[in-house]
Amino acid sequence: MSVIVSLLRRLEGPQTLGRGRGFWSLFALVLGGAVAYPLFSDGYTVGNTVYFFVWVFIALSLSLIWGYGGSLSFGQTAFFGIAGYGYGILTINFGAGYGFTWVALLLAIAFAALFALLLGYFMFFGRIAGVFLGIVTLAVTLMLERFMAQTAGPEWHIGAARLNGFNGMSAMPPLMIPWFDEPIVLFADIGLYYVVLGMLVVVYLGLRVLMNSSFGNVIVAIRENPERAEMLGYDIRKYQLITFVIGAALAGLSGVLYTVWGQYITPSSMGMTAAALPLIWVAVGGRSDLTTTVIGTLVVLSGFQALTIYGSQYALVFMGVLLVATVLVAPNGLVLGIINWITRLARRRKQEAA
Amino acid sequence: MALLQLRDLNKHFGGLHVTNSVNLVLEQGEIHCLIGPNGAGKSTLFRLILGEHQPGSGQICFAGEDITALKSFARIRRGLSVKFQVPGVFKGLSVRQNLEIALQSRLHGGELVQEIDRLLAFLGLAAEQAQTAGNLSHGQKQWLEIGMAIALKPRLLLLDEPTAGMSPEETHMTGEMVRRLNALGMTVLAIEHDMAFVRQVAQRVTVLHLGQVFAQGSIDEIVADERVAAIYLGQTHA
Ligand SMILES: Nc1ncnc2c1ncn2[C@@H]1O[C@H](COP(=O)(O)OP(=O)(O)O)[C@@H](O)[C@H]1O
Ligand SMILES: [Mg+2]
Repeated sequence: MSVIVSLLRRLEGPQTLGRGRGFWSLFALVLGGAVAYPLFSDGYTVGNTVYFFVWVFIALSLSLIWGYGGSLSFGQTAFFGIAGYGYGILTINFGAGYGFTWVALLLAIAFAALFALLLGYFMFFGRIAGVFLGIVTLAVTLMLERFMAQTAGPEWHIGAARLNGFNGMSAMPPLMIPWFDEPIVLFADIGLYYVVLGMLVVVYLGLRVLMNSSFGNVIVAIRENPERAEMLGYDIRKYQLITFVIGAALAGLSGVLYTVWGQYITPSSMGMTAAALPLIWVAVGGRSDLTTTVIGTLVVLSGFQALTIYGSQYALVFMGVLLVATVLVAPNGLVLGIINWITRLARRRKQEAA
Repeated sequence: MALLQLRDLNKHFGGLHVTNSVNLVLEQGEIHCLIGPNGAGKSTLFRLILGEHQPGSGQICFAGEDITALKSFARIRRGLSVKFQVPGVFKGLSVRQNLEIALQSRLHGGELVQEIDRLLAFLGLAAEQAQTAGNLSHGQKQWLEIGMAIALKPRLLLLDEPTAGMSPEETHMTGEMVRRLNALGMTVLAIEHDMAFVRQVAQRVTVLHLGQVFAQGSIDEIVADERVAAIYLGQTHA
């Protein structure tokens, strides 16, 4: 009981924006809106909304590793891809019966996390940090993309699952909830929407608790000054590795959900563009906070989607411009900058009134 | 009883012999000052003790245990703690959070809150607790880092130029702080240039010059030593 109370207390803290009744009322309002939304929309639009939600997990993983931990990783897309392909390989081989899609989801995430554990071990215990961490993770991502792209031949298969090279893998089953006569199949519409929304809420709140715990304290301490953190007796490489693995698992969750959403995954989901876009969402939103990361990702992603209708080349150029503008105007993120500005304004109002 | 023993410690940076066969014994409970001209290798000696640098040869013993091969964090957990020459506080975090991070592995819940408050009062930083540490004055940053160092309740506290950038009054206050900590049982090794501070706190003084132990004794013996005066003069003339 007291464990639950102390966990709930950590929903707020110095590492996360938003506290008190005002914030949580707004949170409940937004959540209520999100729950009610499918009632006022059609299945197709709801399915498209799920697509936006799917990316929030990889964005949160970047916020965790980069924004809170201070290590810029291009590897998130690699973990995304590993988990996505992992889900495909597992379900194409073992089917979707008896709730196996959920086991496959967990196993695929575990693959990504295990890969991150190995990669992270060599990086952090080999004292690779800063720019070099970015370079190594980017190299790994691009290598995986290249590798998967050349698996077109029939000799490239794992069991019944053909890897299919550049065209990618498709026709894996969507998630299914076992039910009495017939399983409930979560196609990309209302059913999947609620499942992913639920995961989003759990992950968001869970990360808030984690970041406001003593573990989160150490993570931001390492970002601020790794030497000082070590000189307080923390084995910083261990903390960095754990953060990296949690981040990989979240990116993997994105990858699996992306795969079940569209029932396909291609090597380009691990390419250069795929690696760069999440960085832009997170940088624009405000990487050092979970809430601004979520808002930034959803806003930029829907803006990007709207622009692609007019031509995807321009949309990508626009993303680049947005990133440069952010770096120049509000290096900590536009959403975060706006929120801080409003807070300051409100505080000044209060002082003037007093 | 010896708390820290450096045995024949050597360190090269390229062709530079920065630590040259250093032998040093620190007694349990003493305040020991390390002085010497700039570039003498004082800070490097600290980094060897802390495991940030590995010695080319020699041995470091702490509380009877050979710690030469231990990682830095493991040495800290054995009872070492440090305030660096350049203050290394967590600039983007509040003063309070800085102390919390230093204390949280030892204390939890209400005890943690109480100890942070006590430490804030001890450091004279209670009014600044909500401020971002990066906005503190240089002297306040020094105190905050000292606070983080002593939060670990170390057996041996290493202070690298704790009073740099402080006014004479602040320097004196820092000296009093060090003496109070020592009275509570903390052994202290301090690198310091300010002779008033050294006189105020030091029971023994070691002079380091060109990476070697040049002289050792009480503050009066060191001040009276003409050879020591000469190396400082030599430096100002160079
Ligand atoms: N990491 C390093 N790499 C190369 N040379 C260094 C390094 N650290 C210190 N030095 C050199 O070693 C000498 C001693 O430095 P230091 O220990 O900082 O002296 P002090 O603290 O006594 O002023 C100086 O000449 C300095 O330039
Ligand atoms: Mg120095």
